[in-house]
Amino acid sequence: MKELVVISGKGGTGKTSVVAAFASLAKRAILADCDVDAADLHLVLEPEVLQRHDFIGGKKARIDHEQCMSCGRCQAVCRFEASSMTGPGNDLVSKTYRIDPLACEGCGVCVGVCPVSAIALESTTAGEWFVSQTRYGPMVHARLGVAADNSGKLVSTVRTAASDLAKQHGLGLVIVDGPPGIGCPVIASLTGASLAVVVTEPTLSGLHDLERVAELTRHFGIPTLVCVNKWDINPDLTERIERQSVAMGLKVAGRLRYDGAVTAAQILKQTVIEHSALGVSEDMTKLWATVSAVLEVERQ
Amino acid sequence: MRIAVTAQGTDREAKVDPRFGRAKYFVVVDTESGQLEAVDNNVNLNAVQGAGIQAAQKVAALRADAVLTGNVGPKAFTALQAGKVTVYVGVVGTVREALEKFQAGQLKQATAASVEGHWL
Amino acid sequence: MKIAIASGKGGTGKTTIATNLAYAAAEQGRLAVYLDCDVEEPNGHIFLKPTVDEERPITRPVPQVDASLCNGCGACGQACQFSAIVCIGDKPLLFPKLCHSCGGCVRACPTGALSEVPREIGTLRIGRSGQLGFIEGRLNVGEAMSPPAIRAVKAAAPVADLTIIDAPPGTSCPVIESVRGCDMVLLVTEPTPFGLNDLGLAVEMVSAMKLPMRVVINRAGRDGKTREFCDRNGIRILAEIPDVRSVAEAYSRGALIAELSPTYREGMECLLDALGQGVAR
Repeated sequence: MKELVVISGKGGTGKTSVVAAFASLAKRAILADCDVDAADLHLVLEPEVLQRHDFIGGKKARIDHEQCMSCGRCQAVCRFEASSMTGPGNDLVSKTYRIDPLACEGCGVCVGVCPVSAIALESTTAGEWFVSQTRYGPMVHARLGVAADNSGKLVSTVRTAASDLAKQHGLGLVIVDGPPGIGCPVIASLTGASLAVVVTEPTLSGLHDLERVAELTRHFGIPTLVCVNKWDINPDLTERIERQSVAMGLKVAGRLRYDGAVTAAQILKQTVIEHSALGVSEDMTKLWATVSAVLEVERQ
Repeated sequence: MRIAVTAQGTDREAKVDPRFGRAKYFVVVDTESGQLEAVDNNVNLNAVQGAGIQAAQKVAALRADAVLTGNVGPKAFTALQAGKVTVYVGVVGTVREALEKFQAGQLKQATAASVEGHWL
Repeated sequence: MKIAIASGKGGTGKTTIATNLAYAAAEQGRLAVYLDCDVEEPNGHIFLKPTVDEERPITRPVPQVDASLCNGCGACGQACQFSAIVCIGDKPLLFPKLCHSCGGCVRACPTGALSEVPREIGTLRIGRSGQLGFIEGRLNVGEAMSPPAIRAVKAAAPVADLTIIDAPPGTSCPVIESVRGCDMVLLVTEPTPFGLNDLGLAVEMVSAMKLPMRVVINRAGRDGKTREFCDRNGIRILAEIPDVRSVAEAYSRGALIAELSPTYREGMECLLDALGQGVAR
């Protein structure tokens, strides 16, 4: 079973559009949307949800306002500025302390110092994940709760569910729509993957971010291909990025031209391949041919 | 010797659980007395991080000399080594079959983690 | 005033707006500073080309054990919610990458065997671009957690009339850390289905943080859905930047669009006025 992960470093380079096109071309793959805090793949693939699961996130501290005596010790020890005197009053005091769940990291130090044991650490539901069916096969996707953390764990959950599905359906390929950046959700998308494809853009920002995400894939020993999207916006920078990629030991897998069809297809909830046969669709088809050939090699 | 096996159930006929950190149960068997003890690992199922490390601590606290499982990540492996628990990966079948293979010397000791960590 | 420039979707133009706004404000004579809080992929430096006066490591405290004082009681491991320190075989075992630097283990230790030492996670660069103050945080590749580096950038910020925070894309903890404590959030979006979907998520996030927000539509065209969404939700659109090739090309080669032509410079000044931050001209 192979996992192909599409990442970018820089946001907005076209990962999701590429993954949707790959779904059209691969035809027998499990799709996994790991961009859990800004998921978009479902807008094109229109999954029919078959299973819904709660995602249990990290613990957060919560103060029982009836017990609090406003001594402020919790605020004094908290290193994350999560506790402040913004809670409702009770019989003893006119204002109690309150933990801001957006700032709380669930370390529990406040729980230990509270002299009246008014604070407890509680598990939180931090989102949900889904197993669905699309016109291209099964898809696992998720929605991280508003202002929640632990996206790394949710990404891992999505990937594990996708590989389990692949085994169940006897399919050999999982295609992952990865998040931007290089932090924990990206790392969680990459560990143990068979192949990474970095979709970038012909800008200095794109080049800079590609270098960092390529360092990350090298750190994890994941073979990496590079593809410049909207390459004709700046052919000189495209060549510079491709030269730099080769110098970094990455293989250049193809180029995608700028094409209004990408947005047009998105609006119609189509993949680029479904929308048109020419233009960037041809480029995506060639790209997939290269990527799947490399995946076959990786298979051996 | 006390041997721990990650399992999907609580007796010798249970299938080996391929996961270590989030295994459903640890079945610990004393090879001399034949006594069996099953320990629930539910608390780690939803752990946000460190499931493997906590599981390793549990196995060490159960005084296991060896653990038989499917896969062990790098942090869990380090923790098991610190607890002087020898690690055997790639183990399949039932708990009974796993123990038989172990006693017949058919299992190879792991010298490193068998899978990558997840994200940290 | 502190203004955070955020979005849900990546690539909508946060850094374009943040750098150009900050630059325009400083050129107007405002005491302004730009903070690059996209510590995973900081790009502000490409456009602002700062002179760096100081570069220093970003560190966070992690525990260290003095074995001579440790009695193997395991209280440290019990206290730690993150498995960064566990007691196995009567000795503490450390996993610094899991540590949240909460100090809980040090508090729990009855013998004083634990102390905290700094662990490097990234680099801070402090300097200026013309009249504009510049601070950038850069997370080391391989580090998973951005929030501590983002906190370091904000902690290093000097007092200024106007602080512009360039936030990372998304809606989870790195963005929350960047945006927390700001007076207003400017959400940059693009009029595509993905852009609109992610704008909705970003609006939910900023609402949960109870901060005022405004919107800038970048690469604006004829599609009215974004405008409808903002109207329905009572969110003011401060500017619409048209989808113009010259802007895209300038961006691609790292140029400030405010330097491209007086029109764009004035556009940025108008945006500052709309944010209540322009100076009388």
